[in-house]
Amino acid sequence: MNSIILLAGARILTPLMLAFSLFVLLRGHNEPGGGFIGGLVAATAFALYAKATSTTATVQALRMQPATVAALGLALATLAGLWGLIGAGNFLMGMWPLLATAADGAKVGLPIGSVLLFDIGVYLVVVGSVLTILLALEDDVAEAERRPEAE
Amino acid sequence: MADVTNGLEARIALGGSSDLRRFAPALASIIVFGIFCTALPPVAAGETFRFVWPWIPALGIDLSFVVDGLALTFALLITGIGALVLLYTAAYFQKHPGLWRLLTLLGLFELSMLGLVLADNLIVMFVFWELTTITSFLLVGFDHDKADARAKALQALLVTAAGGLVLLAGLILLGALAGTYEASALPALGDMTRGDPMYVVVFALVFVGAMTKSALIPFHFWLPNAMAAPTPVSAYLHSATMVKAGIYLLARLMPALGGTELWFWTLTLFGGTTAVLASVWALRQSDMKLALAHTTVMALGTLAMFLGGGTVYALAGAAAFLVVHAFYKASLFLVVGIIDKQTGTRRIEELGGLGRRMKLTWAITLLAALSMAGVPPLMGFIAKELQYEAALGAASSPFLVAGFAMAANAMMVAIAANIALRPFLGRTTEATAAASEPPFAMWIGPAVLALGGLLFGLFPDVLGDFLVEPTISAKAGEPTEITLKLWHGINVPLMMSVVTLAGGGIIFFAATAIRKRLAAAEAGGLWDAERGYDRALGGLKATAMWQTQLIQNGRLVHYVWWTLVSFAVLLWSAIVIGGGIGVPTLPSLAVVEWALLGLIAFAAVAVPLTQSRTTALLSLGILGAGIALLFVLYGAVDVAITQLLVETLVVVLIAVALLRLPRLRLPRGSAAPGVAWGRLGLSALVGTGVGVGLLAVLATPFDRTITDFYDAASVPDAFGRNVVNVILVDFRALDTYGEIAVVVFAALGALALLRVKPAKEPSGDQA
Repeated sequence: MNSIILLAGARILTPLMLAFSLFVLLRGHNEPGGGFIGGLVAATAFALYAKATSTTATVQALRMQPATVAALGLALATLAGLWGLIGAGNFLMGMWPLLATAADGAKVGLPIGSVLLFDIGVYLVVVGSVLTILLALEDDVAEAERRPEAE
Repeated sequence: MADVTNGLEARIALGGSSDLRRFAPALASIIVFGIFCTALPPVAAGETFRFVWPWIPALGIDLSFVVDGLALTFALLITGIGALVLLYTAAYFQKHPGLWRLLTLLGLFELSMLGLVLADNLIVMFVFWELTTITSFLLVGFDHDKADARAKALQALLVTAAGGLVLLAGLILLGALAGTYEASALPALGDMTRGDPMYVVVFALVFVGAMTKSALIPFHFWLPNAMAAPTPVSAYLHSATMVKAGIYLLARLMPALGGTELWFWTLTLFGGTTAVLASVWALRQSDMKLALAHTTVMALGTLAMFLGGGTVYALAGAAAFLVVHAFYKASLFLVVGIIDKQTGTRRIEELGGLGRRMKLTWAITLLAALSMAGVPPLMGFIAKELQYEAALGAASSPFLVAGFAMAANAMMVAIAANIALRPFLGRTTEATAAASEPPFAMWIGPAVLALGGLLFGLFPDVLGDFLVEPTISAKAGEPTEITLKLWHGINVPLMMSVVTLAGGGIIFFAATAIRKRLAAAEAGGLWDAERGYDRALGGLKATAMWQTQLIQNGRLVHYVWWTLVSFAVLLWSAIVIGGGIGVPTLPSLAVVEWALLGLIAFAAVAVPLTQSRTTALLSLGILGAGIALLFVLYGAVDVAITQLLVETLVVVLIAVALLRLPRLRLPRGSAAPGVAWGRLGLSALVGTGVGVGLLAVLATPFDRTITDFYDAASVPDAFGRNVVNVILVDFRALDTYGEIAVVVFAALGALALLRVKPAKEPSGDQA
């Protein structure tokens, strides 16, 4: 879409929304948010970018095909599961390498581990899957417009 | 150096191929055969070997295998004949590009069959049972570029696999009755299983399974059709092994299910009818392989009949005949394969004078055919004497069993004479003019089997002590002694044998006339069990076609319609069964909530009424946003955010697709008036159903156990205060894992649908 206003807006909004999506992803464990919502925000950011520029530019901005992003996300989630399987004997068991047990039995340290890895996987799956469908749809429509006789 | 010369000799002897690896499967099979032979003396002494590995202990299913007399007899037949057939195949298919595929499949089949007869656990046995079905499907359809072979392989698969499913039901029922799946534990529980009211059902299910596998009437038709398989396959599967699986099953379950009137009569009648009719059909064939296939059906019928006989003699008759038949039938199949290979035909009227050119082959054929005809001193004679002895003491009806057996055996004599004499005597024909002896690897198999028939006949004690006695001990559930003899003195069975041979001779000389009569009768539309199969298959296809066109005709509207119809049916049945519609009490709502509800209702009504797709889309957006706001009002912030974001993205997605969608409104009068009302009605049903359902859910007291657990455990166990997210990524992460996998696959599916363009129609077709 050739709109200067949209393009200028997207240039500013897309990075902001992406940063915000990461924020939502990370805060999700304690406040409303998480991988799914963060992924949706990021997908919206890229959707805006795709509207303002083109599908090719969006894929370039992603650095890879959106389907690869989705697959990567699934791979990360699997990895998080295997981590629990190897570390604690159960697939997807939460692993907390940065937590230690204090003298009084309380856990101290940074609560980051396999659960966050899993959430990042969810995030990437959502971004990748939504964009896969969206960009394929855009391409399909663009192609149909190029050859109107096909209708 | 010695190796080189040996190899050279072998190469010359075996017909000149350089790759001796093709004999490896036969060698492996011979080694296994040898190992099983070492088990003969202890098993003959009454010992059994049992091997158990845990598999699914929770269901009482272990990988348990047992080597007793019955299993060992079958295992020896499977590995011994398997070795000879594999050897024969290596020569028969020497230059065939599919040689290794065939050897591999035969090997896999051999393993499945071994598993089937050795398995002690009924469920494990069933697994191997199905494996033999699958491998035999691949073997029958070996020439997969021929439509005919494919159709016949499919027929064998469908008939035996359908029977397999029936059998599975029977086995599970039996396991439930007896409380165990171990076949070796069943004899002790026999009285209990036979006394149960479900006994008839179990017996019927198991018997149908055995009937389909062992080609008893009315499921016999697949076996002659399976002759589309290469000859070595037929010799192996359809003489000695697979088709005997049903007989094996009946023998194995006899201690649990046998001994009732139902058992005696069902087996006698089905087995006897099959035996006699199959013999008649065999007479009608001029293709020797088909004739042999029908005589195999006859043998299976005979075996079933004697298993139904109930006495020890009947069991001994069945056990001896089992071994005898495997020997002569495999031998004859392989001989027919040799004749086919050397002359190019199996039709009896195109053959003649082969005796002068293939003396060795003739000798083998004669030996095997004499055993088949039951002429002393061959093993076939002993088996036949035992049969007659057993028939006279049959528990069901001596007269019936003896009649069936004599009629079938007389026809066997004629067919044996037909195959052993007609191709080898008489004038040389066009096909036989250039025939010569086959290579060593091809004649050794049938020769060993035919000689075996002679040796067992001369030394019947070997057969009796090592195979028949242990076999029937395993079947009868108790040690049994029986003496096999060539000469019993002049008694009734001997007289019956004489009559049988005489009758067979008469039939042999009248064979051509009989064949013509039978052909005429068949042309008149007699005996058509296969038509039932065709009808059933046709009906199945038609039903599938009908329901596919009804539900999945490619129009999205239809898919949505049927999805919603199913949903409405489920929903309303749940409501009606669950106690009907209660009168809902309207909660008191604040003004903001009323306003939101009004907005949602307004948007919902606007969607179907508007003429513009954009308006409809925006109305849907408003509806979604209204619901999100409701979530916010009730404190479900996570859900609200998700809802809003999804709504946003849906609008974006649909906006893109909008350009590609057809016009919203069809021209007036193009759709039937009933359609719109139908859709309205369905929408109302689903909408009110969801509403009523939700109210019903809210009306039941809320069980807080799980909620409280998550609330309490979230921070100490999972270190997160947002319970919703903790549930998603930690407590119930496996659910989420499944969901994101589905999301990825859905995206890939959409990608495939969008990227793959439908093939352009040829321009010439379009005016």
